[in-house]
Amino acid sequence: MTRRPYLQKPQRFGWWFRQARYTRYMLREVSSLFIGAYTLVLIVGLYRLSQSQVAYESFLANAMGTFGMLFAIVALCFAIYHTYTWFVVTPKAMPIAIAGKRLPGAAIIAGHWAGFFIASALVWWLAGGN
Amino acid sequence: MSERTLELEILRYNPDQDEAPYLQSYEVPYNDDWVVLDAINYVKENLDRTLSYRWSCHMAVCGSCGMLVNGEPSLSCSTFLRDLPNRIRIEPLQNFPIERDLVVVMDDFMTKLSSVKPYIVSKEEKNPDDGEHLQSPAELAQFKQFTACINCLLCYSACPQYGLNEKFVGPAALALAHRYNLDTRDVGRSAREEVVASNPGVWECSFVGACSDVCPKTVDPAAAIQQAKIAATGDYFLNFLMPWKRQ
Repeated sequence: MTRRPYLQKPQRFGWWFRQARYTRYMLREVSSLFIGAYTLVLIVGLYRLSQSQVAYESFLANAMGTFGMLFAIVALCFAIYHTYTWFVVTPKAMPIAIAGKRLPGAAIIAGHWAGFFIASALVWWLAGGN
Repeated sequence: MSERTLELEILRYNPDQDEAPYLQSYEVPYNDDWVVLDAINYVKENLDRTLSYRWSCHMAVCGSCGMLVNGEPSLSCSTFLRDLPNRIRIEPLQNFPIERDLVVVMDDFMTKLSSVKPYIVSKEEKNPDDGEHLQSPAELAQFKQFTACINCLLCYSACPQYGLNEKFVGPAALALAHRYNLDTRDVGRSAREEVVASNPGVWECSFVGACSDVCPKTVDPAAAIQQAKIAATGDYFLNFLMPWKRQ
């Protein structure tokens, strides 16, 4: 009898479609590209604002156009997905024990959402929202 | 024996004859209380004596019978046929070389496991006469979950990062390293650092989380690795800022 182990071929591409959990993971990773792109759009907006009112208004007109809005909606969906999926896994990374008792995962996730909404409200207030 | 039957498709590979693995089908009668391993044992005892696979305890304790059941890394002894469709595909664990049929070569894992020193590294040699290493229930609770690993390799089979980069130390070995690092009786943290806090160590993990999904003992290796990342980052800055504090 000989030893001749068969090497299972590693799958370089397309493995993320093999199981739903891999696809969900890959979507989470891809979401950062959209968030990054949206951040770039914001930086461009700031730059245009620094140039002149006309430049900023033309930037705003572009951003509010069909393509701009479509991109903003897709980026928002990915941002929500990104936030949701990372908040769900936070209890794994930060097990919190108070007086020797492990805080339930749901409480840690809820804490993150509370922080998220407080920070969002603060930004809204700073931006002069009402 | 009931009249009901199911079709078992098993990946076969005989290194003496076959160039590549192929699927072979068997028709197996079954009961509702049968697990996948029972069906495979039926094949071995009644239909095909040449079939090779590992198993021992039949109660999800030994960790020998891990395989892919319809593509999902599973312990065949705790996967019930009643929860599966009538056609079941059985393959050896993914990401490992196939020795023969459903038996995989696990040498890579064994090397990685020993590289993380999965045992208590004591400050000084102790004899039984010196008494016990005392530990409080709260100290035990810190790491108890991570002690349940049975080295079944389901996590390595589920991990796409290990599939893409075989240098990755992997979920079970890193979870065990973290288990000993958290143990108050252990002083091996800096000795494990070279392996654990390296690129092929915790930093190769991108938190897919599949390891924890498939773990039959709810060890949650993904949690151990993320916590180890935080600890490794703390150690890095501590070594940098206060080198004299190094263990």
